[in-house]
Formats: sequence, structure tokens, C-alpha cells
Amino acid sequence: MTTVLTRRPGLARLRAARQPLYLACLGFVVLVVLAALLAPWLAPGDPNTVDLGNVLAGPSADHLLGVDAAGRDTLSRLLLGARTSLIGPLGVVVFATLAGVAVGVAAGWRGGWLDSVLSRSTELVFAFPGMLLAILIVTVYGEGLLAPVLALAIAYLPYVSRLTRSLVLAERERPYVAAYQVQGHSSLQICLRHVIPNIAPVVLAQSTINFGYALIDLAGLSYLGLGVPALTPDWGRMVFDGQTAIQRGYPLSALLPCLVIVLTVVAFNVVGERWADQVARRDR
Amino acid sequence: MTRTLDIRNLCLRLPDTARPVLDGVDLHIAAGETVALVGESGSGKSLTARTVLRLLPKGAETEGAVEVAGENVLALDPQQLRALRTGRVAMIFQDPRAAINPLRRVGDFLTESVRLTGAMSEPDATRRAAELLTAVGLDASVLRRHPGQLSGGMLQRVMIAAALMGDPVLLLADEPTTALDVTSQAEVVALIGELKERFDTGLLFVTHDLGLAAAISDRVYVMYAGRIVETGPAATLFTDPRHPYTLALLAATPRLAAPGGRLAAIDGQPPDLRHELTGCSFAPRCRFATQLCTTQAPEPHSAPGAPGHLAACHHSDRLEESAADA
Amino acid sequence: MSFARFAVRRLLEMAATLLGASFVIFGAMYLAPGDPASFLLSGRSASPAALAEINTQYHLQDPFFVRYFRWLGQVLHGDFGRSIEYRTGVSKLLADRLPSTLLLVAMALVLVVVVGLALGWIGAVRGGATDSTILVATTVAVGTPSFVAAILLQGLFSVRLGWFPTSGTGQGFGDMIRHLILPAIALALYLIGMLARVTRAAMLEQLDSEHVAVARSRGVPERQVIWRHVFRNACGTVLTTGGLIVSTLIICTVLVESAFSIGGIGQLLELATTTKDFPTVQAISLFIVGLFMTVNLIIDLLFPLVDPTVTLGARRSTA
Repeated sequence: MTTVLTRRPGLARLRAARQPLYLACLGFVVLVVLAALLAPWLAPGDPNTVDLGNVLAGPSADHLLGVDAAGRDTLSRLLLGARTSLIGPLGVVVFATLAGVAVGVAAGWRGGWLDSVLSRSTELVFAFPGMLLAILIVTVYGEGLLAPVLALAIAYLPYVSRLTRSLVLAERERPYVAAYQVQGHSSLQICLRHVIPNIAPVVLAQSTINFGYALIDLAGLSYLGLGVPALTPDWGRMVFDGQTAIQRGYPLSALLPCLVIVLTVVAFNVVGERWADQVARRDR
Repeated sequence: MTRTLDIRNLCLRLPDTARPVLDGVDLHIAAGETVALVGESGSGKSLTARTVLRLLPKGAETEGAVEVAGENVLALDPQQLRALRTGRVAMIFQDPRAAINPLRRVGDFLTESVRLTGAMSEPDATRRAAELLTAVGLDASVLRRHPGQLSGGMLQRVMIAAALMGDPVLLLADEPTTALDVTSQAEVVALIGELKERFDTGLLFVTHDLGLAAAISDRVYVMYAGRIVETGPAATLFTDPRHPYTLALLAATPRLAAPGGRLAAIDGQPPDLRHELTGCSFAPRCRFATQLCTTQAPEPHSAPGAPGHLAACHHSDRLEESAADA
Repeated sequence: MSFARFAVRRLLEMAATLLGASFVIFGAMYLAPGDPASFLLSGRSASPAALAEINTQYHLQDPFFVRYFRWLGQVLHGDFGRSIEYRTGVSKLLADRLPSTLLLVAMALVLVVVVGLALGWIGAVRGGATDSTILVATTVAVGTPSFVAAILLQGLFSVRLGWFPTSGTGQGFGDMIRHLILPAIALALYLIGMLARVTRAAMLEQLDSEHVAVARSRGVPERQVIWRHVFRNACGTVLTTGGLIVSTLIICTVLVESAFSIGGIGQLLELATTTKDFPTVQAISLFIVGLFMTVNLIIDLLFPLVDPTVTLGARRSTA
């Protein structure tokens, strides 16, 4: 019961934050990104070299994290898989954020018929779960990374545009906007130089959370064999490859990509939510 | 005769604060008496009122005694506490819009506490709720409405009716008019005064409005930074203040009687809860402060010839001189 | 606005959106590079006879909109065309596979609602270490894709411990339930986490509100305070997640049914996608989108009952 407290400005900042979890997650995000960037130099071997003598072997000096059912080094595949597994969500988030902010600002600032049209389209896209849209597009275009990334970007766009729209609506009510308008600044100038920078932190926090969800969706598509081409190392694909091994009682080659996926998604979620919290607290 | 409310040396600490939020509060209300508690926001006046119902923030630690009709509230077991809350003590809150669950009907709100604790049967509770609604100037059809369909003033009347449901000996009114517009403010204050007489309850009226406090109460307590700095009969406290803070508050209050006069804002900020406090809490903002004030906290002492008028100030007498000069 | 008018307006809105969705689903086929006939036959023998059959079956010589409205008319009569891969009616294909998927989704839905609400409730009310534990657990749950959960559950409970079968749907109702327990958990895990967090946040917001403090100050027993004021008021927020929950459950059967080899709609969608059996993909897509919208419509209509303070239609789904 903190009703008494929240109204007292001096006490709001005293609430203790759960710092360690956030820092651990931020650290993990940095680690995964570094691993993806440096993968070709870090990987002990070629991710597609087959070592048939060591099929499903456990960790050893040659293969630090063991070997999968096809005789490929798990550590190398995890490291290089980080690249494909992260570049997809990155594409989704970048496209969805840029397009979503543009749509949201246009709808929020202009209002009127443009707003109605954009809101209607948003409703329509909301009716399609991201995975479904991706599956629909993949059926048409065939497997590969580009088609699902575009489909997911479209599916995620409304989340960004709706958020942006509501933020812009609140922002344009603020006195400074009227002040700039009176001084003869154009709407475009005000949006680009003031409104967008002001709402950016919230949108970025949302995009960070979206990154985790995009990773889940893309890994799922790869698992189904609808994402990246078969030989490209990818975490979702590795889970699929490891499934038969796990059914035969050799869990390691499936367990590791599972673990990496979960940790990465959790890390991005925690970091994104923490940023969103911080922004919310600052605005209060 | 037992006092309706007797708070003795109440201290309340919250986690992450360097000094007690309430620091040695002494306050009492005789049966049927109206007492005002004034101070600025954050001074601890609402918290004092809430402590009477043991409505404490998380992690709060209390010392001292809060007795309602001779029973120490701070020592009650949950069952006794519930009985106290449904019966003897009731509170009227600041913002009725926030205080009443918007999703439940007014009738449900009025009757829930006596119904759910088994103090009254449902038909009895509904009948009493309807009577009390008439007493506060509403009619029984309000029972079936949702709070969203009523105005703020009407809702505060509902709140007052709800407070009277358990036939209390003590009413706590926590800035009951702050959230209302001016016309309903006057009506609500008049109503509280009238019902207080009719139902013969003690009343603790928490407010930051000095004029209102003077008009409604028998006695006044002035609170600053968790301490009672001055107390006395309403009639003399405002005409003859003995604490610089009361004086400053009066100077900062606009008066209709003397328009055009200058308002004197109080310089500085109330002390930060994150820092420890030595000496008088008002010393940094006080124009009478001396070396003594920053090192030693003043004890309350009574004015000459007026045992009921106490002020916690080292320089009460100098205050009188300066008032005489002016 | 009266409730009837509101209901009619929402129904019309839904019909419009559904029409738009059907257009997207139908039109997607024509985004494919090359001509539609070879796309529909891709991977299969493109004999002149087969081509001719496709051309007549899909009326590919007609203008686009004529074809669209003919297709729409058939769909409204429950005819989704013929599966190119299975060479039977898509409707029959769906009807055969619907029961196991519906059972799976229903089991998962029960888990989501019961466990999700309970965890959110306990976390919000208990606080402290219990809350932290639940918060960490739900954070992990929200970060666990359903196929990862499926593999992990399979590896632990089926392979290692042998408590549950690894795949299939089994014979008879009891056996079916036993076969579907792990898949249902895998399907539900993410949404349990999501719902628990939403419930917890909504209840914490209410716990912090003045009217709850007031109810306590009036001596209302704590259990009743939680039930009548905290949970009751949190229901509206919780309800808005309904559409998202149902559509996520259905779409994720693609992954979970594949992992556990369950012959349901999800597996059919996966097979249809890999074999480019477009009529089947269209039918399932339309089914999922329609279901999502129906659930949202129901929630919109129920909403005034749960929260009389909102004006009709003011709610915008969070899904």
C-alpha cells in the first residue's frame, strides 16, 4: 500500500530497483552481439565440416560443446548461427520501427482521413499473427530469410505505429509545439527535430522488446524449415536438427541452441522493459 | 472521561528515510469535539489520520500509542482492527472519485463493510444506507447508480454516508473538500458539521486551509515536517500565533477581509526525508532562528495564562513582541 | 449509443476487416513470381492435362476480381476448394484434423487461464520472495518459444523419464488426453507467462489505488478486498488479451504439432506450406483470422459488462 508514498515527490526515487538482473541481461546482449560479429574468428572450425567419427559425441578438446547428429561442431554452429539468428530480427525491427514511426507520426500529426485509413489498415494487420503472415508469404515466395523478415516486419509495424501515434497525439498537445508553430516552423521540421527525438526512447524500448519476439518467430520458422536455407547454421534450425538426437537420448546438440534462444530472448525482453520503465518513470 | 482519540508520542518510520515521518505526535480529541489538523502537503497530517485506522504504508514502523476510546489501535489483532474500522472510526477521503470503486454500485459500496463483516444483515444494511443517503441530501435511487454517474459533490456525500454506516464515535476527514469545486466545498463542510452534531461523533478535520480550520473546529493542531509545532483553541491560535510557522502560514493565506494586502510566501523547502534533522525542523526557513534552534529541538510549552495553547518554539515570546511591533 | 447499435456496428466492422483479410489471403497467391498456374503446380508434374485442369478449376482465364468473388462465394458456402497435394476437398481435410487441434487448444487454454491467472494473482497479492520467483519464472516463460518448450518437455518427460508418449494422438479420449498433455503445456507456456504478467501488473495497479485503501479502512476483510476490488477491477485489462491468446494458441500449433507429430490443423498448415498446397494454406489462414476476430468481437461485446465505466466501443484491443 504505497498510496501515501506515490503522491510524495521526494519518495518516488527511493524505491529500490532490481539492478543485478538488468545488468546481467545487458551483459548477455552485448556478449551475443559480439559473438555474432566476431563469429568467423571465434569459431573453432567450419560449421558445416562433417566429422563422422564423432557423431553425437559429448564435449571434448576438439569439440568444446560436442558434435551434432550429422557430425558437425556445435560450438561453431552456435557462433555462426548467432549471425543468421540475430540479423533476421534486426531486419524486422529496423524496418518495422522506421515504417511504423513514419506511419504513426503521419496518422497522429495529420489526423483526419489519413488517420482513419491507417487505423483501419492497422486493424487488418492485427488480425494476422506474425507467424501466419510469414507462412503465407513463404508459401508464395519459397524459403529464404528475406520473405519472412518482410512479412514479420509488416506484422510488427502496427505495434510500433499505434504506439507512435498515441505518443505523437500526446506530444502535439504540449505547449512547445504551438510555440514553434507560431514562430513559423514547418510541421515536418517540428516532427523531425522535436517530436521524434522526444518519443524515441519509448519507441526504442518497444523495439528492443519486439526484437525478442521477432527472434522467437523467425527461429520457429527456421525450425519448420521455412526460414534460412537448410545448410546455413541457425539456432532454430539447430533445434530441429537436434530433435532426432534428443529422441535417441543425446540431448546436448538440441539443448544448447534451445538454451541460447531462451537466454537471448529473455535478455532482450528484460533490457527493453527496463528501458520502458525508466522512460515511464522519467515522464511521471 | 476517556478521550475519543488520544495520540501520545506517535513516531512513524518508513524504510529508506533518514528521519521519522511522524516524530512524537501528541494529539487528542474529547468526545464530540472538532479538531483541525493543518499543515502543508507532506507534513504528515494525512498519515497521522490514517494511522488512527492503522492504514499504514508498507514497511512502516510505529512507536507510541494511538488510543480510540481507551483502546490502543496499534496493538489490536486483525479481528479487533476490523471491528474498529467497521464501527467506531470512519474516514472521509480526499478524492471521492478515487476512493470509491468505479465498477461497483453505490449501494454495494455503502453496505459492503457492514455486510461482509456480518455486522448487519443485507436488508438492514440497505435500509440504513437509504436513510443515510437521505440524511446527506441524496435519495435512495442513488443506491443503484454507478459512481461514474454522480458528480464529485454527490460522491463526497455518498462517502460521508458510508462513513456513518457503522455509527462511529470518531470521524476522520482527510481534506474532504480539496477535490471538489467551490460550491460543493461549502455544502460538504456544512454537511459534515451538521451530521457530526446529529450523530454526536468526534471529528478530526485534516486540511491545509487555515480559514476552514478556524471556521469549523474547536481546537487546531499545526503540523510541520512530522511534528506538532503548535496547538491551541481555534479562537486564539490564529489571532495570537506562538510559532513562526503558524505566523508564516497566516501571512501566506489570502484574506477576503483585507484585499490588496501582500502575501508572504515561505522561503525554502520543507526538510528532505532523506536527511537527518537536528534541532527545530523549521529553523532553516525561520526568520527568528538562532544558534540554539539548529542544535536543540524545542519542547512544546504553554503560553502564559493559556495552558491549552502550546507551541514548540524557543522564541515564542519574541514572536509576540514582533507581532506587537507590526 | 445503445448496445444493439454498438453490436451491429462492431459486427459490420468485423465483416469489413474480414473481407479485407480474405482479399489479402486470396491475393497473396498472385504475388508469386511467374504465372499462377505454374505456382499452384510448383514441384508437381506440370503435364498439359494437369495445367488445363488447374486452369478450369481456378478459372484462371477470368479477371482477378471475378475469381476473387467466386472464391469468396464458395468460401461462404463452406467450400474451400480442392487440396492440390491431397486431391480431396480442403473442407474435409480440415474437418478430419480439427478435433485433435481443438482438444489441444482447449487443454492449453485451460492451462493458460488457470495457471496464468493464479500465478499473476499470487505474485501480486503475496509479494516478496514469492513474487520475485514468479516474476523470474514468467520472464523465462515469455522468452521460451513453444517449439523449444516442446523439445525440452519431450526430451525430459518422454525420452528420459518415459512418463508420456513422444508423439501421436493416441486412441480413445483418455489416451488422447495423455498424448496431448505435453504438447498442451508447450503450447501454453509462453501465454501462461504473458497472462500472469498482465494479471499481476493489473492487480498491482489496483492494489495501489485509493479505493482499495478505502475498502480496507472500512474493515472489509482482506480476501474480499482482493476479490471484489482488486481482481474484479483487473478483469477488464486481463480480458483484452483474449483475442491474442486464442490466435497465438492456434498459430503455435504449427510448431507444437510438428514437434509431437500430431495430425492436426497446425501440422496440416506446415505440410501445406512446404508442399505449396495453396488452397489449404488459404483455408487455414482464413480460419485463424476469422477465429481471432470472432473472439475479439465477443470480448468487445462482453466488455461493458465487465467495466461499466467505459463508453461502448472506446476499448481498443491490445492484441
